[in-house]
Amino acid sequence: MPRDDSPPIGLGYKSLSLVPKTEVKQSTKDFKSDQEVRWCPGCGDYAILAAVQGFMPDLGLKKENVVWVSGIGCSSRFPYYMDTYGLHSIHGRAPAIATGLSATRPDLSVWVVTGDGDALSIGGNHLIHALRRNVNLKILLFNNRIYGLTKGQYSPTSEIGKVTKSTPLGSLDAPFNPVSLALGAEATFVARTLDSDRKHLVEVLRAAAEHPGTALVEIYQNCNIFNDGAWEILKDPEGSKRALIRLQHGEPIRFGPDNERGVMRLPNGTIDVVEVTPENESQILVHDAHAEDPGVAFALSRLPDLTLDKTPIGVFRDVVRPTYDALMASQLRQNTNSAGDLQRMLRGTDTWTVN
Amino acid sequence: MDKQVQQLDRVIIRFAGDSGDGMQLTGDRFTAETANFGNDLATWPNFPAEIRAPAGTLAGVSSFQLHFADHDIMTPGDAPNVLVAMNPAALRANLHDLPRGAMVIVDTDEFTKRNLSKVGYSVSPLEDNTLQAYHVHALALTQLTVDALSSFELSRKDAERAKNMFALGLLSWLYGRPAEGTEKFLRDKFARKPDIRDANIAAFKAGWNYGETTEDFAVSYSVAPAKMPGGEYRNITGNTALSYGLIAGAQLAKLPLFLGAYPITPASDILHELSKHKGMGVRTFQAEDEIAGVGAALGASFGGALGVTSTSGPGVVLKAETIGLAVSLELPLVIVDVQRGGPSTGLPTKTEQSDLLMAMFGRNGECPLAIVAPQSPTDCFDTAIEAIRLATKYRTPVMLLSDGYIANGSEPWLIPDVTQLPDLQTPFATAANHETENGDRVFWPYKRDPKTLARPWAIPGTPGLEHRIGGIEKADGHGNISYDPANHDLMTRTRQAKIDGIANDIPKLAVDDPSGKAKVLILGWGSTYGPIGAACRRVRLSGGEIASAHLRHLNPFPENTGEVLRSYDRVIVPEMNLGQLSMLLRAKYLVDVMGFNKVQGLPFSIEELETAITDVIASVNAPKPRTRRPAGDR
Repeated sequence: MPRDDSPPIGLGYKSLSLVPKTEVKQSTKDFKSDQEVRWCPGCGDYAILAAVQGFMPDLGLKKENVVWVSGIGCSSRFPYYMDTYGLHSIHGRAPAIATGLSATRPDLSVWVVTGDGDALSIGGNHLIHALRRNVNLKILLFNNRIYGLTKGQYSPTSEIGKVTKSTPLGSLDAPFNPVSLALGAEATFVARTLDSDRKHLVEVLRAAAEHPGTALVEIYQNCNIFNDGAWEILKDPEGSKRALIRLQHGEPIRFGPDNERGVMRLPNGTIDVVEVTPENESQILVHDAHAEDPGVAFALSRLPDLTLDKTPIGVFRDVVRPTYDALMASQLRQNTNSAGDLQRMLRGTDTWTVN
Repeated sequence: MDKQVQQLDRVIIRFAGDSGDGMQLTGDRFTAETANFGNDLATWPNFPAEIRAPAGTLAGVSSFQLHFADHDIMTPGDAPNVLVAMNPAALRANLHDLPRGAMVIVDTDEFTKRNLSKVGYSVSPLEDNTLQAYHVHALALTQLTVDALSSFELSRKDAERAKNMFALGLLSWLYGRPAEGTEKFLRDKFARKPDIRDANIAAFKAGWNYGETTEDFAVSYSVAPAKMPGGEYRNITGNTALSYGLIAGAQLAKLPLFLGAYPITPASDILHELSKHKGMGVRTFQAEDEIAGVGAALGASFGGALGVTSTSGPGVVLKAETIGLAVSLELPLVIVDVQRGGPSTGLPTKTEQSDLLMAMFGRNGECPLAIVAPQSPTDCFDTAIEAIRLATKYRTPVMLLSDGYIANGSEPWLIPDVTQLPDLQTPFATAANHETENGDRVFWPYKRDPKTLARPWAIPGTPGLEHRIGGIEKADGHGNISYDPANHDLMTRTRQAKIDGIANDIPKLAVDDPSGKAKVLILGWGSTYGPIGAACRRVRLSGGEIASAHLRHLNPFPENTGEVLRSYDRVIVPEMNLGQLSMLLRAKYLVDVMGFNKVQGLPFSIEELETAITDVIASVNAPKPRTRRPAGDR
C-alpha cells in the first residue's frame, strides 16, 4: 500500500479523533430518547443501557455524530432508547450496514448492538468480515445463550444438550465461544464483560470506544425469562471470586478468593490454571493485551470449562492495525485517475469526431 | 498488384475459437478500429461460463460478433457474412447461423483428426460437401503465424498464441481497417514484454500482408463511414456506460458514490470500472457476500452517500430482504441487476429478461420500488442517471434492469457534454419540520413532501435531527414504532402512492408510427429495442404498417400506457422470458396483449421478429372471424 504524506493510517489518531467534540456539558439524560423502554422487567439489557447512557457523556462527542446500528433480537431494540441517530435493521446485517456508514463517514462514532443469535448465527459471516477488515466499529454482543425474541430456542452459544422448545431432547451442536471466534478472525480488539458489573462494563466500553478499528465486546447478559441464571456463577459474589479471572494488561493473571490461582504456561506448551506457590509465582503469565500474536489471548479464551470455572473477563486483545475506513479514504486521495474531471472520464482515450 | 475493392453497405463478422484463443480481444480490437474509421457498429460477445472449458470442444467455443455499416444500425445482426473459425468446434458451433454464400475462414492446422472427432466430424468438413454453399478460405493460420515469427526467440507455443493477431491482421486488410490503433494497443499492452509485443505486432502485419499478397484473397471490401450526428464519439459497452452514468449521476446529485458489490457475471465489470475511479470520489466495497454488498450501500445512504449495489439475478434474490428494509426506511438506493439466464445459476454468460417480476414483487409484504431499464449499451448511461434521479428525489430504492446482451455489447457513443446534464441535487433536512401541540419545534422523519410523498433525508451529524428508524412499521409523521392497524394501512398505501406518483414525473410513452395508420403495436422493454426497431424498419420497407413503442420505466408505467395499448387492434410484446411484461400489462390494463417469447439465452433475431410482426398484421387485416392467432407464445 503506497502511502501519502498524511500521518500513518490508523496509527496517527485514536478511534474518535475525527468525530467532532461537543462544547456543551452532557449528562446521562441527554442520551435518553423519549421512547418507553420495553424489555422484560429484570432483563440484563436495562443495566447495559444505563451504563452506556451513563458513560457516553465521558466521550464528549457531539451526540448527533453518534450512530447506533442494530439487527434483530431483544438487544437490537437498543438504538430506539438512545437519543442519537439510530438504525434498527434486519437480522444479522448490522455489521454490513454499519460498514457502509463508517466507511463513508469518518466523522461518526458508529456502534453496533447485537446478540448471540444475530451476530453468530444468521449474521456470522458479516461479523467475521467486519473484524478482519478492521472497520472503525464498536460491536457490543449481548450474549445470553438463548433466543429471547422468538421465545426460547437454543442459540449458537447455548451449551450442548440444551433443552429448549426447539430441542426437547437437547441441542446437538457445539457452541461458539465469541471471544475465540473474534480472535480467530484476527480482530484487533476483543473484550468480555458482564451486564451486572457496571464498573467493569464501563471500563471495557471506554477502552473499546478509543480503539481505532473494530472492537468486539462480548457482554454476558442475563435473560431472566428464557435462560435465567446462565452466568450466575460469575455474578454470585462468592462463586465469582473463585471462577472469574479479571484480565489487566501488564498484571500477572491471578484470581481466586485469596488470589491463590494463577495462569501458567505448562511444559507441553498449553496454558492452564495452577495453584500459585512461592516456587511458581514468578512463572505466572503477565497479561499482554498488546501482543501482536493472538496465541496467548486465544488460549486464555479457551480456559473456561462447562461450569464456567476459569472465565476471563476484560480486554483479551488490543492491537493497532490500519483501519479499513482510513485505508479507503487514503486510496481516494491517492488515485488521480480522471482527476475528478467528469468530462475527461467520459471521453476516455480513444475518440473520433464526426463533422 | 492492386486488388479490386468492392463497396459494401454493411458487414457482419463473427470471430469464433476456443476460450483460450483470444477471440474477445480480437473482436475488441477490430471494433476499436472500426469505430475509429467512423462506421456505425454494434457488438455481441458470446462466451461460455467456464474460463477454460476443455480445449477444442463445443462447450469451449467463444465468439465475438460485430456488425458495422455505412448507415445507422440497431443490432449486432442476425447472420454473419463472415465467420472466422479457429478450430473445428468453432466451425461446428456457428455454421448453422451462416447464410448461403457467407465467407468462412478456417485454420486448417487445427483440423486434425483428434480435433475433428472431438466435435463429431468423422470426415473433415473441409473435404466433404459440408461447406459447399460457402466461400471458404482454408489457411494454415497457425503455421503461417509460426513461420512469420521464426526470427523471434519464442517457444512454438508462444508463437502459436499470436495467431489471433494474424487473423486480425488479415481481416483488417480485408475490410480496410486502419492498423495504427492496434499496433499502439499491442505496444502498450505488452510494454513490459518486448518479445511478445514485437511478435504480436509482427503476426498482425503478417496477416495483413498475407491478404494483400496472396491470390487466395482476390477482393477486399470497403464499408464507408456512417453519417452520424456531428460530435465527438467513442465506443462503449453497456456496463461501462452504466458505470459512467452512476458516477455522473452522483456528481449531478452532489453526493459521494458508494458501491457495495460481490463479483457476479455479467455485472462484475461495473465493480471493476467503478473501482478505477476513486479519483472521482467513488468508494467501492467488495463485500463478503451479496447481502453485505447491498447492506453497506444502504448504510452509506443512511449516512448521506448515494448507495449503489450491482449484481445479477441470483444476487438480487439474496438482497431482497435489505431492499425491503430500504423501502421501509425510504432511503435512496440503486440496485443494478444485469440479468442473465435463470433460474438458479442458469446461464451465467447468456442474456435473458426474466427478472422483471422479481424486481416488481420479489420481496415480502407490499414492497413497491421504481424500476427502469436501458434499451441499448449507450442508453445505460442515461438510465443510470434516471435511476439516481428517482432514488434521490423520491427516497426510494430503484431497480435498474440491464441484461447480458447490452452489458457486454458495445456501440458508438456521442459523448455527452457534462454541462448539459441535469442538476439532480435534493437538499438534506437541516431543521425541525413539525410543531407539537405545546409549540415545540421537532423533527419528524416521516413527515412527507406533499407533492412527491418523499420523506426528509436527515443524515447523522445534523444537530437536533437525531432520530431512530428501522424495519418495523413506523407511525405516519413522527416515525416511532407503531402496530396500529389503521396506521399500517395508511403507510402501506402511502408507500405505494409515492411510487405510483412517479408516473407524473416521467415522459409519456412515445409511439413511433410513421404512416399513422398502423393497427398493430409492438411494445418492448430493455434490450429488445434494437431487434424490434430493426424489424419494424424491415416491415415498413416492405410496405407493412406497424407502430412501435418502448418502455424505459417499468414501474410505474408512463401514465398514458393504457391509452396507447387500447389504441391498437393488436399489441405484440416480445420478451426474452415467458411473458412477464405481458402479465403486468394484462393485469393492470385488461388489454389482451400477445406475448412473443424466447428464452434461449440469445437476443431476438431481426428476422424472427419481422416474421412475427408480418403474421400479426396479416391476421388483423384478414377477413373476420379470425381463425387463428399466428404468432402467440412459442
